[in-house]
Amino acid sequence: MSDRGEPSAADTPQRNESAPVGWTGAVRRRAVAALPPDKLLPDTQPAYMASWIYVFGVLTVASLIVVLVTGGVLALEGPAWWHVSGIGKYVNGLHLWSVELFMFFMVIHLWGKFFMAAWRGRRALTWVTGAVCFFASIGTAFTGYLVQQNFDSQWIAGQAKDGLNSVGIGAFFNVLDFGQMLMWHIVLLPFVLGVLTVWHILLVRRRGIVPPIGATDPADSATATAPAAPPSAPTPAPGEVL
Amino acid sequence: MSRRPEPSAVPDPADFPTRPYDLVKEFTIALVVVALLTAGLAALFSSPDDKPVTLASWSRADGADFTATAVTELGGTSGTAEYGPPYNHTSDAAQKLGPLGLQSAAGVRIPIDTANDFVLRPLTKAPESPGVRAGLATWSAAPASRQQSWTKAYSDALAKAPGGDPAKVAGGDYGPVPVLTTRLLGLARSGALDGQLQAEGTFYQTDYTRPLLFLSDGSYLESLARAQHLGGDQWGMMNETGSYPGQAWLWLYTFWYQIDPFKSSGNADALVWGLMALLSLGLVLVPFIPGVRSVPRWTRVHRLIWRSYYREQEAAVRARQSGG
Amino acid sequence: MTITGLLLSDNRGLSAPVDLNGPGHYVHWGVIQLSVSNLVVIGVMVVVFVAALLLPFPGGRK
Repeated sequence: MSDRGEPSAADTPQRNESAPVGWTGAVRRRAVAALPPDKLLPDTQPAYMASWIYVFGVLTVASLIVVLVTGGVLALEGPAWWHVSGIGKYVNGLHLWSVELFMFFMVIHLWGKFFMAAWRGRRALTWVTGAVCFFASIGTAFTGYLVQQNFDSQWIAGQAKDGLNSVGIGAFFNVLDFGQMLMWHIVLLPFVLGVLTVWHILLVRRRGIVPPIGATDPADSATATAPAAPPSAPTPAPGEVL
Repeated sequence: MSRRPEPSAVPDPADFPTRPYDLVKEFTIALVVVALLTAGLAALFSSPDDKPVTLASWSRADGADFTATAVTELGGTSGTAEYGPPYNHTSDAAQKLGPLGLQSAAGVRIPIDTANDFVLRPLTKAPESPGVRAGLATWSAAPASRQQSWTKAYSDALAKAPGGDPAKVAGGDYGPVPVLTTRLLGLARSGALDGQLQAEGTFYQTDYTRPLLFLSDGSYLESLARAQHLGGDQWGMMNETGSYPGQAWLWLYTFWYQIDPFKSSGNADALVWGLMALLSLGLVLVPFIPGVRSVPRWTRVHRLIWRSYYREQEAAVRARQSGG
Repeated sequence: MTITGLLLSDNRGLSAPVDLNGPGHYVHWGVIQLSVSNLVVIGVMVVVFVAALLLPFPGGRK
């Protein structure tokens, strides 16, 4: 479709940078600059990542996926299915326990990131998006409890309405309205949570994993800092201009 | 390539020694582990599903409570009737957060007239006996003050009757109220009232505001909840029916309701939710809060997490000192 | 419920080996009231967190 002629084999991808083709070219240029492929999907990690605390982020994301998939299965059959079907009851159990695991792993991840002061080095937005994810998750879980259509839902709705009404929110967000709560739970909030999660993960990839508290740049030491093998060639990061 | 060359700037992770790492494999393993854990937990414990209360089941299980509640709905003295916004205008009912009247500001966006919505309209829509028809006529013909005195007198009498049983109420001037509430009780027990309040004359319906408010105004629903430690002053927000784990992450939300000044304040909800909004913002903005953002540095947890890195650094320093 | 309905749907309440529908147990400590279930969950979280911090992480640097 382009009438700019075919690029030769020797040309590098950077060739397009000097000739941005409209909005698309600009978006592509910025995206590739912020997240080149080997930063988006690295196959190395800094050696200081030597702790099990680091697995809780990926466990949280994995749990979220199971939550979404099990929720999707419930959606296939509708909100009343699990009350009348044994398989439905089991799928509902899957959804409940994946949520429990999701909150479990996310909070441990939060504890770890707090004690690592992981917001250092221009990573404040990573913390902010993560914290907002936390509250968005609580809200999503809350609407989930409301749409169970059982005694628990009735009681939670009756109680929560007082809190929300007292600050004016209840007039717009009616927890007694099953239809409204269901749509928030399966459409609006998962979408918001999904966007926030993707944003959070991309920020982690973009900034890299925060170095230890007090760490100095290895190149700043007078002599070689690595007592053992020489450092492997790190992925070049000349594109990190932001 | 930092544009702010401060000596304490956090170094670029790319400058550090690395190890090979398989991101996709780690994610796949995590997914399988979580899926297996989920499948196992669900198979072992399943999920709670206590049946909902209906107006029918309530009126059959506790007719006295249903009747007493119906009288307050008719008389406009129930919780919902005196709630204020968003259900109705009741002076001084709305909670305030200090000087902020957020509840009032939102306005009456979900208008509920308990006397008409919960009692009179269902009665007029249902097939009526002549006694009920006459009772409805007497009611609508009476001035508001008369209606109030009837409902108040009947409420008081019900409270004094043994077991709150309408059949054992002492004689008095209650107007048509006993006839109307007896008929409402019958409608409820038959299941017709559930249908009436949910459908409200339409066909499709997904909004349970009316029946839920009616249920919440009574004591029956609450007594069931309190039996399972779901009450507000029982840390109920965190709990689940039965022995299931609940919502442990709500611990701080429910904590404030257990202590003064919140416990005994008429503005408890507004105060707690205002406070939690503030604390939530605080958590989101931790990187910018002096003191809080320094806690990780003061505590030793990071020394544990990065102990191999710190050990290597100390070894390198010692090597340089002894070798230099 | 029809016979077919009963056969097709599971015996819901009986299928879980561990029935958590019985009345819960609660721990009281001053103003704090925690369900044993929640306490277990929180306790496991703390244990897992501490274990994650303490357990040696395999693999050296390249």
